[in-house]
Amino acid sequence: MARLSLDHVTKSFADFDAVKDVSIDVADGEFLAVLGPSGCGKTTLLRLIAGFEKVTSGEICIGSDLVSNSGGSVAPEKRRVGIVFQNYALWPHMTVAENIGYSLKVAKLDKAVARRKVEDALALVNLQGMGERRPANLSGGQRQRVALARCLVAAPSLVLFDEPLANLDVHLRASMEDEFAAFHKRTGTTIVYITHDQAEAMALADRIAVMDHGRLMQLATPRELYHEPANEMVASFISQGILLPADVLSSEDGGHCKVRVLGTELVVRCRPGERPRAGAKICCRSADLDVSPDGLGFDGLVKRVVYQGGAARIEFAPAAGPDLTLHFEQPDPVTLESGAQARLRIKSGWLIPAAGTAP
Amino acid sequence: MATRIRESRGQEMALTAVVAVVIVLFSLLPMLRLIKEIAAPGGTLSTVAVEAGLRSQATWIATWHTLVVGIGGTLLAVLSGTAVAVLVSLTDIRGRSALVLCYVMPLMIAPQVTALAWLQLFGPASPFLKLFGAAPPLGTKNPLYSTSGIILLLGVQYGPLVFLLVRAGLRKLPRELVEAARAGGAGWFTVLVTIVLPLMTPSIMAAAALAFVSCVGNFGIPAFLGIPANYLVLPTLIYQKLAGGGPAVLGETAFLSVLIGVIAMAGILAQEGMSRRRDYRISSTSLPAEPYELGRWRPVVQAGMWLLIVLVLFLPLFGLVLTSLVPGYGIALTAKTATLDNYRFVLFEHDAANRAFFNSFWLSIAAAFFAVVVAVPVGYLIAWGKQRWVRLLNLSVELPYALPGVVLAIASLLLFLRPIPLTGIQLYNTVWIILYAYLARFLVLALRPTISGYHQIDRALEEAAQVAGAGLFTRMRTIIFPLVAPAAIAGGLLIFMTALSELTVSALLWSSGSETIGVVMFSFEQGGDSNYAAAMSVVTVAVTFVLMLVTNLLAPHLPSGALPWRD
Ligand SMILES: Nc1ncnc2c1ncn2[C@@H]1O[C@H](COP(=O)(O)OP(=O)(O)O)[C@@H](O)[C@H]1O
Ligand SMILES: [Mg+2]
Repeated sequence: MARLSLDHVTKSFADFDAVKDVSIDVADGEFLAVLGPSGCGKTTLLRLIAGFEKVTSGEICIGSDLVSNSGGSVAPEKRRVGIVFQNYALWPHMTVAENIGYSLKVAKLDKAVARRKVEDALALVNLQGMGERRPANLSGGQRQRVALARCLVAAPSLVLFDEPLANLDVHLRASMEDEFAAFHKRTGTTIVYITHDQAEAMALADRIAVMDHGRLMQLATPRELYHEPANEMVASFISQGILLPADVLSSEDGGHCKVRVLGTELVVRCRPGERPRAGAKICCRSADLDVSPDGLGFDGLVKRVVYQGGAARIEFAPAAGPDLTLHFEQPDPVTLESGAQARLRIKSGWLIPAAGTAP
Repeated sequence: MATRIRESRGQEMALTAVVAVVIVLFSLLPMLRLIKEIAAPGGTLSTVAVEAGLRSQATWIATWHTLVVGIGGTLLAVLSGTAVAVLVSLTDIRGRSALVLCYVMPLMIAPQVTALAWLQLFGPASPFLKLFGAAPPLGTKNPLYSTSGIILLLGVQYGPLVFLLVRAGLRKLPRELVEAARAGGAGWFTVLVTIVLPLMTPSIMAAAALAFVSCVGNFGIPAFLGIPANYLVLPTLIYQKLAGGGPAVLGETAFLSVLIGVIAMAGILAQEGMSRRRDYRISSTSLPAEPYELGRWRPVVQAGMWLLIVLVLFLPLFGLVLTSLVPGYGIALTAKTATLDNYRFVLFEHDAANRAFFNSFWLSIAAAFFAVVVAVPVGYLIAWGKQRWVRLLNLSVELPYALPGVVLAIASLLLFLRPIPLTGIQLYNTVWIILYAYLARFLVLALRPTISGYHQIDRALEEAAQVAGAGLFTRMRTIIFPLVAPAAIAGGLLIFMTALSELTVSALLWSSGSETIGVVMFSFEQGGDSNYAAAMSVVTVAVTFVLMLVTNLLAPHLPSGALPWRD
C-alpha cells in the first residue's frame, strides 16, 4: 500500500501550463477522485503520476520513493502502478488470459502460479471461462472488466483510472461503479480516479480533488464540497450552485453569520473567523430556494417554467438583480407561470470564503 | 538543488543510438560524400569539377532531353492518372477493385520491362503484329525509339502513381462540399471543375512533383528507348560515361548526378511554392460523396476504361509473352515455332543469367528483411518519439528515395571506390556495394507504411505494457512488433518486388559475378537477344504477380493504403 504525494507539481507544454502548482496528499488505501471540466488537466495529472510525462517543476512521491522531479523521472515500468485506460487499451493480438497475464510474464513468474493468478483475476471480475477469447469479441462492459483484471493481477499498490466509464452506456455504468467500489473495499488499494462526472465522483470517492485550468481548486470530502465550497468555481461547478452577491453584516458566531442578499437579510453558514465585509458571494442550492410562505423575501419575475414530471424547474430573475438567474424546483401543484411576479425566500446558504484565505 | 533520480533509460538510449548509426550510415554519409566530391574534389575547395561539367556540350543536351521527357512524362501521367482517379472515385463505375488492381499494376513492373514489352509490341519483329501480318518490314525503325516514345512510356509507368495520390485525396473530399454545390444548381461537370479539382490541387501538385522526380530519374525507359536512337538523358549519359571511362570519370559523373538531384529538387520546391500560394485545406472530415450516376453512359465509360487497361497492361504483357516464345529474332510465332527454349536458356544454361537470378533474389530478400527490421524501431522514434530532432530523421531517410537512384549509385561508388579506411575491406566491384545501395534506397518504402501503421495504433497499448512493468525491448518484442508487423511486412514485400528487377542502381554498380536480373536483361536487349530478355521479364513479372496475390492475404491486418493496388 502506498501513500501518494504531489508537491507543487507543474507541467507545461511549451508555454501552456496544463497542470499548475498542484499539491495533493493521498493516504494509504484512500479513494481519491479527480474531478473537473474537460481539458482542465486531469489526464495530464494522471500521466504525471504514472510517469508518462515528466514534471516541469515540483515533486511526486509514491510510498517513500521520490519518482519525479525536475531532475528526472523513474520510468513508468518501474513504478509499480496499475492503470485502467479510458479506451481499455487491450492488446488485440493476445487473448484475454494473455492480456491479463502479461505483467506476470514480464516479471518471469512461474507459469503455473501465473495461470492460477489469471484464473483468480478472471473470477474476481466475473469472467470465468472467457480466458481464451479475443478482446475484439467482447462487449464494452466485458472489456472494461478485462482491463480491470489486467491491472489487478499484479497487485499494484496504486491504481489509476482515467474516466473508465466514459465509454459505457448508463446501465453498465451503474453496475461497474458498484464493482469499482467493491474492488476498493476488498483490496484496500490506493486509487486515483479521474472523471468529469460529479455523481460518479461523489458515489465512489473518499475525497474529491476539483481541478480547473490546471489548478487544484479544492480537495475535500464530497459532503464538504457540496456544503462548503472553497471558491466560486467549485460552488457553481458542483450541483449547479447559485452564486449571489452579498454583504457580510456580522462576525462569525457558531458557524453562522448575518448577510444581506438581494436587499434582504439572511443568516448563512460560514467558516470560523469571518468578519463583516462587502462584495462577498454566497452559494445556495436549488433546494435552498422556495416560494416565500409568509411574505418575507425578495420579489422578481418568473422567466421560464419547465414541467419535468412531479415538479417544475423554475427560472427566476430577482428584481434587485435582474441579470441573475435563480433556478429551483416547485413540486406539484405547480402554481408559478412564466411572466408572473413572485416572492422567493432563501432558506440557507454558504458564505464563500474570501479569495486567498486558507481553509 | 533537486535530488537526482535514477532513470534507467539505457534501453531507450541504445535504441536511439542504433537508429542514429543506421541513418548516418545509409543516408547522411552517401549524400555528404557526393557533396564533397563536387565542392572539394581531391580534398580542397574548388569549382573545377563544376566548371568542367558546365563546359561540356553533352551535359547541356542531356539536361535539355531530361527536362523534355521529364515534363512531358509528368504531364501525361498527371492527365491520365487524375482522369482515372476521378472516374473511379466519383462515379458509379462497376468492377472498381479489378480496375484499380489492373491500372496500378504497371507501377509494380520494372520500367525496363515496360519498355521491353512495348518495344516488342510495335517493332518490326513484333510477334504480335505478325499474327495479323501487320508488322513493318524488318529494318524499319521502331516508332518508340523517339522522344515521344519515351514520354508515352513514362506517362504509362507513372500515371498510376498520380492516380494513387489523387485517389487518396478524393477519398477525403467531404460530401457536403459537393452536395452544397449541387444544391446550388451546379451540374456534375461544373462541380468537378469548380469544386473538386480546385480542392484536389494539393494532391495533384504533390503527385506531379513525385511523377516528375520519377521521370527525370528513370533509367530503364530512356535506356531501352533512347540509347538506340542516341537520345541521351542525364541518367543514361552517366551510364555511358561510366561504362566507357570507369572510375576515372567518377568526378564528372558526380557532377551530372548532382545536376539530376537539383532538377528533381527544383520540381519538389516548385510544388511546395505553388501549393503554398493558396489555402486549399479541407477542414471537416465526413463521409465521401455519393458516386455520380453515369446512367446510360456507364457502359461506354466502363468500356473506355477497360480499353485503356488492355492498351497499357495486357497488350504489352501479351507481346512480351509472345516474344519470349519465339525461337529467334524476326521469326513468326506459330504453333510449330513456339518454344520454351528461351526460358530453359535463361533459367538453366546462361551462367550470368543464373547468377543474376540468384543475386537479385538474395539482394531483394536482404534489403526487404533489413528494411522491416529497421523500420520498426525507426518508425517508433519518428511516430512516437518525444524528441523533436527525431522528426528530422524522417527527412533524412526520405532523401535517398526522393533523389533519383542514379544519385545514390554514384554516391555509393564514391564512398567505396577505395577500401573502407581502417578495415581495408573492399566493396567496390563486389555484390556488397549493390546491397549497400539497396538498403539505403529502399528503407523508406518499408518505413512509410510502418509509420502510418503506428499512427493507427492507440499509444495506450504500449503504455499499458509499460505500467505492467515491461521494459522497452520487451515492449518492442511482445506488443509493438506484433501490432505494426503487418504494415512493415507489406512494406518489405513492396521492397522485394521493386528490388527484384531493379536496374538503375545496379546498372552502375554491377561487376562480373554480381549481375542482377535487371542488368542481364539489359545486356540481352543491347546485344539483340530480346527473346531472352523477354523470357527473364516474364519470369519476374510472374513472381511479382504471385507476391501481390500473397500480400493480399495480409490485407485485413493492414492500415488502409499500405498496399497500393488494393482499392
Ligand atoms: N502532449 C501535449 N502537448 C500539448 N498540450 C497538451 C498535451 N497533452 C495535453 N495538453 C493540453 O493540456 C490540457 C489538459 O489536457 P488533459 O489533461 O487531457 O485534460 P482533461 O483530461 O482534463 O480533459 C489541454 O488543453 C490539452 O490540450
Ligand atoms: Mg482526459
